[in-house]
Amino acid sequence: MSKEIEIRWHGRGGQGAKTAALLLADVCFKTGAYVQGFPEYGPERMGAPITAYNRISDKEIRVHSNIYDPDLVVVVDETLLESVDVTAGLKADGAIIVNTDKAPADIRPLLNGYSGDVYTVDARKISIEALGKYFPNSPMLAAAVAVSRVMDKDAFIREMHASYEHKFAKKPEVIDGNMKALTMTFDALESQLSV
Amino acid sequence: MSRKDRMSGNEAVAYAIRQVNPDVMPAFPITPSTEIPQMVSTYIANGEMDTEFIPVESEHSSMSATVGAEAAGARSMTATSSCGLAFMWEELLVAASNRLPLVLTLVNRTLSGPININCDHSDGMGARDTGWIQIYAENNQEAYDNFIQAFPIAEDVRVHLPVMVCQDGFITSHAVENILIEEDADVKEFVGEYHPEEFLLNPGKPVAVGPYAVSAYSMEAKYNQEQAMIRSKEVIKEIAEKFRKKFGRGFDFFEEYRTEDADYIMLIMGSAAGTAKQAVDDLRDKGMKVGVLKLRVFRPFPADEIAEALMKCKAVAIMDRCESYNGCGGPLASEVPAALFRKKVLTEAVSYVYGLAGRDFTVETACGIFSELEDIVMNNRQYEQHRYVGLRTRQ
Repeated sequence: MSKEIEIRWHGRGGQGAKTAALLLADVCFKTGAYVQGFPEYGPERMGAPITAYNRISDKEIRVHSNIYDPDLVVVVDETLLESVDVTAGLKADGAIIVNTDKAPADIRPLLNGYSGDVYTVDARKISIEALGKYFPNSPMLAAAVAVSRVMDKDAFIREMHASYEHKFAKKPEVIDGNMKALTMTFDALESQLSV
Repeated sequence: MSRKDRMSGNEAVAYAIRQVNPDVMPAFPITPSTEIPQMVSTYIANGEMDTEFIPVESEHSSMSATVGAEAAGARSMTATSSCGLAFMWEELLVAASNRLPLVLTLVNRTLSGPININCDHSDGMGARDTGWIQIYAENNQEAYDNFIQAFPIAEDVRVHLPVMVCQDGFITSHAVENILIEEDADVKEFVGEYHPEEFLLNPGKPVAVGPYAVSAYSMEAKYNQEQAMIRSKEVIKEIAEKFRKKFGRGFDFFEEYRTEDADYIMLIMGSAAGTAKQAVDDLRDKGMKVGVLKLRVFRPFPADEIAEALMKCKAVAIMDRCESYNGCGGPLASEVPAALFRKKVLTEAVSYVYGLAGRDFTVETACGIFSELEDIVMNNRQYEQHRYVGLRTRQ
């Protein structure tokens, strides 16, 4: 049987949800997987809700449609919970990760009765501590990997280091901060994942 | 040796352009093809290729400059989308009628209005009678492969026509997917050096390009142009075969996916073909005999080959990602039934319009269409031609 994971990202224009989806495709490709990472464009502007998608599979991916029944939803901006039906179609045995300083139990009531797993990550706190600035996409990327288990932590950390070295060749000073954000996210999620 | 990589469709085409290293590329940016000239400019700035890049003030000028450079004897190309292609209209005809083998990479996007940046085929289909060869891609791999084949097809002495290499805006142009990339030397060898037989900047052998032709000669020029389009079929086949031998991939006019014993076939172009293939696999698991005919080459139109491929099926769904506003269906809905009639293939043919201005086309939609075909045939149902799928329903 083929194994395919479908992920839907919700963010706001400018927060890097699309970049996170492309980075996830990139890092999964390096482990030998078939990948798709693509954005859905509405009227692009800073702050508008945007959606991005990933398919990660052990078989060639031919479908070129958006994702309606994801296994995992990643919400990069908590305020979207008020305006976007983020759990639409999300599988009951799937999971949702929300960027917030609240606990999963406090977020669940805002999820239209969703009964699957709910995880929360305080990406703002992690990002500011690791990078000194608020860039939620590195923590949310790490959270997506930790929850979906598309690859193991060590391989992910190793491949991301190589990716960042390439991506930030002209500003190497941010590599360590981004790497720290990734490991801090794994650590922060550990208690939620072991339940 | 092929190398495994991951790229978006735009990245893949820009990478192929770097490998081909054409002499001249004039371009004007327009979504969703903007990244292609942007990436090419970066390659040039980094010294990775030495194409003469000409930034111009409009698409009318980018195609004019491409025509001029090609006429002068330089291997030339440009990129565009949507309204940019519409703005090239006059020069598209000039390029083809002057038999200039230039290449245009088109990232398909709807035409206004309403103004919208997303995919359908109305830009390419609008240019279907301009005398260009048109090749469509399902994914980033085919966008890359088709681009590499474009110059050898265009420049063949039997053809001498411009080639438009098309891919779906955003759906493949902005989606990162796995791809097999060939080595620079292999691509260069496949494409070959450009040695035009006749060209403007050739002092020993002067020629005129684009002069007035009186009625006593004009019709022959047009007849000859059509003969070149007819001859291009054998060249497209030869180049596809050569590509398959060298790199192990590809199709000539179309791909037939599980059609050999299919009762119901969906004829479709571009990225939606992959989605339709998934629907075929899902329905085959349930015992339904279905298949997909993915049209790769739209110009020249392989009419007889299509008729032959559809001869044995009970019904075909003809899928247009374009509206012709003629009251009876899109371009494929006109040309496919004409091809069937000429060969006296009297299978049921139903025309569908889908995916306009980026409307999503899903596996579920494709399955629904196959079920409709079965219903029409099994229950002898009367059906409406020119159907729309994926429309919103009234709330």
